[in-house]
Amino acid sequence: MNKKIKNPKPINLLAIIILMCMLSTSLFGQLPFELHGFGEAGIGGRIADDPEEERTSLLEGRFQVDVSREFDIAEFRLRADLLYDHVADSYEIVIEEGKGFIDLREANITFYPMELIDIKFGRQILTWGTGDMIFINDLFPKDWQSFFIGRDHEYLKAPSDGLRTSFFFDLINIDMVYIPNFDSDRFINGERISYWNNTLREISGQNAVTVADRPDKWFYDYEFALRIYKNIDSIELALYGYNGFWKSPNGMDRVNGLAIFPELNVIGASARGNILKGIGNFESGYYYSSDDNGGGNPFIRNSELRLLWGYERELLKELTLGIQYYLEHMLHYNTYKNNSLPGIPIKDENRHLLTLRITRMALNQNLKLSLFIFCSPSDKDIYLRPNSNYKVTDSLAVELGGNIFHGSHDYTFFGQFTNNDNFYVKAKYGF
Amino acid sequence: MKKIIVYFTAIFVMTAVHTLAAPEVNEIVKKANNASYYQGDDGKAKVIMTITDRQGRKRIREFIILRKDKTDGGDQFYYVYFKKPSDVRKMVFMVWKHPGKDDDRWLYLPSMDLVKRISASDKRTSFAGSDFFYEDVSGRSIDEDSHKLVEETGQYYILNSIPKNLETVEFASYKIWIDKKSHLPVKAEYLNKSGKKYRTVEALDIKNVQNLPTVIRSRVTNYESGSVTVLEFKDIRYNLGLKANIFTERYLRRAPGVARR
Repeated sequence: MNKKIKNPKPINLLAIIILMCMLSTSLFGQLPFELHGFGEAGIGGRIADDPEEERTSLLEGRFQVDVSREFDIAEFRLRADLLYDHVADSYEIVIEEGKGFIDLREANITFYPMELIDIKFGRQILTWGTGDMIFINDLFPKDWQSFFIGRDHEYLKAPSDGLRTSFFFDLINIDMVYIPNFDSDRFINGERISYWNNTLREISGQNAVTVADRPDKWFYDYEFALRIYKNIDSIELALYGYNGFWKSPNGMDRVNGLAIFPELNVIGASARGNILKGIGNFESGYYYSSDDNGGGNPFIRNSELRLLWGYERELLKELTLGIQYYLEHMLHYNTYKNNSLPGIPIKDENRHLLTLRITRMALNQNLKLSLFIFCSPSDKDIYLRPNSNYKVTDSLAVELGGNIFHGSHDYTFFGQFTNNDNFYVKAKYGF
Repeated sequence: MKKIIVYFTAIFVMTAVHTLAAPEVNEIVKKANNASYYQGDDGKAKVIMTITDRQGRKRIREFIILRKDKTDGGDQFYYVYFKKPSDVRKMVFMVWKHPGKDDDRWLYLPSMDLVKRISASDKRTSFAGSDFFYEDVSGRSIDEDSHKLVEETGQYYILNSIPKNLETVEFASYKIWIDKKSHLPVKAEYLNKSGKKYRTVEALDIKNVQNLPTVIRSRVTNYESGSVTVLEFKDIRYNLGLKANIFTERYLRRAPGVARR
């Protein structure tokens, strides 16, 4: 992506955000619709210098407006963030990518045309599946950039523009999502987080921002996602299907060198229920990388089998522990290995990942301390997410947290981010 | 709504000290349980919860609670739709209560459209940061304690209850006052393991709603932490004919009209 000129007057934007905050507080309560939202300020920095990125990892003011109106047969919702992001290179608005000073989170209408059907149309946040921060059958867009710099975890979910139709029958429930124009992840591209660049074969950042060729032909580059689910007693069972593209670049156009999003088809299943005084879950997915069905194309990611087991339990009062084991198994490993390009690190056939989440609530649940650890024994890397959040009042919360990466190699999933260790503080006022 | 305060259980037959005319203790407890948590076939209330800590700082939660019974004294469903404060607005907490075994619980986080399953192991954990426990909101299984009628006055049955499994609870026993007319428990005093009173749950105000006696204000006092929580119930209605499908994933993702208004 080409660099854009910095907005010369970001201060104006900050002033607008503050003004909006004040205005909304006085207006609240006298409107024909519900108005809510929050104002948030955050600052974060890298622990050590990153040769390719700025020392400041987060410096932003955010003002969210959440407007909704409910009718008997429909509901309308608009939720948008006005954002002053000092670290961004540009304030130019790209609604699709959430760039610029407006991040449109939701703009949708939900209809209830019949007893059996709900329809949600427009920009919406979509989530399904059973993993905790691990997604197999949830192929809706993620914002990894926000996740790694300390924005609220809700920003890990980027919005989708599409149509969700849900059917509720006695026997089964069906969710169908149609996204007419591919919504990719807001992936790590080097703009604000340095990453392993396979072409340069080194950790890169603003010196080599990923230039991607995103499928973007309306009604041609569509995505379709399906979930069929049912509860048997209290066990939640689901089957999933997806037809679309790898959500982050997982290939390269060998002619022009652009990062590409090859086609992807997924089928999967999940189960979740009470077990051993806690919650157990299992999820699986078969990732069929149809642009490389034999596995011999070194420019396109191989097909994979993905599996996840998880268990969560309240160990002691106000202390919850969650563990997960996740596997990415490459399906045509020998073909992949025999066709790999010289100089590019060869991946393992199996990527094993363990996660641990510890959550401690204290002071009448006004203080929440949590630590999330991702650790891959096969990649030999680790990612720690410590976080503490204190609700000073019902409206005001302060937060302190960090993102710490460590790895034995520069090219593994978390190992590539070792120069991005950061800490942040935030304050949020809700209304 | 099915109120809140209550604890009971009775299984042990009264001791011979009592007169033959007195009802068996398990009958008293069963009636108290039904009066507190199973009034009508279903119910709805708007709840305002005020938590005041030792320093006098207040936190206020507002939510709509819907309840539907499968069988009186048996399985039931709860749906709690949060309205305030703003950080939990539109969040939904749903319980499928199964007396005698683990409940099923879900939490819906609207900003991520996330339906989260939460473990049910410790029912004596604070509900929404208040001095009420989950168990106070949806009821403690009546088979978990041994009850004994220790006194009978003109107005109350006074019971002393001891948990059958001491390991799973923070109290050693509790004393409970059950109103003879309404069958509602109006006060419960909890003793800790050193025999000291550390927690009281009281009904402050009882009214008839659709001819059903209903607690409309209740209070928990925690003498150890100095924290007090008051619950006020408004817009109470029984027998609305709530559909069972309200208590499913569909309505976690989009709250039914009855919960929003």
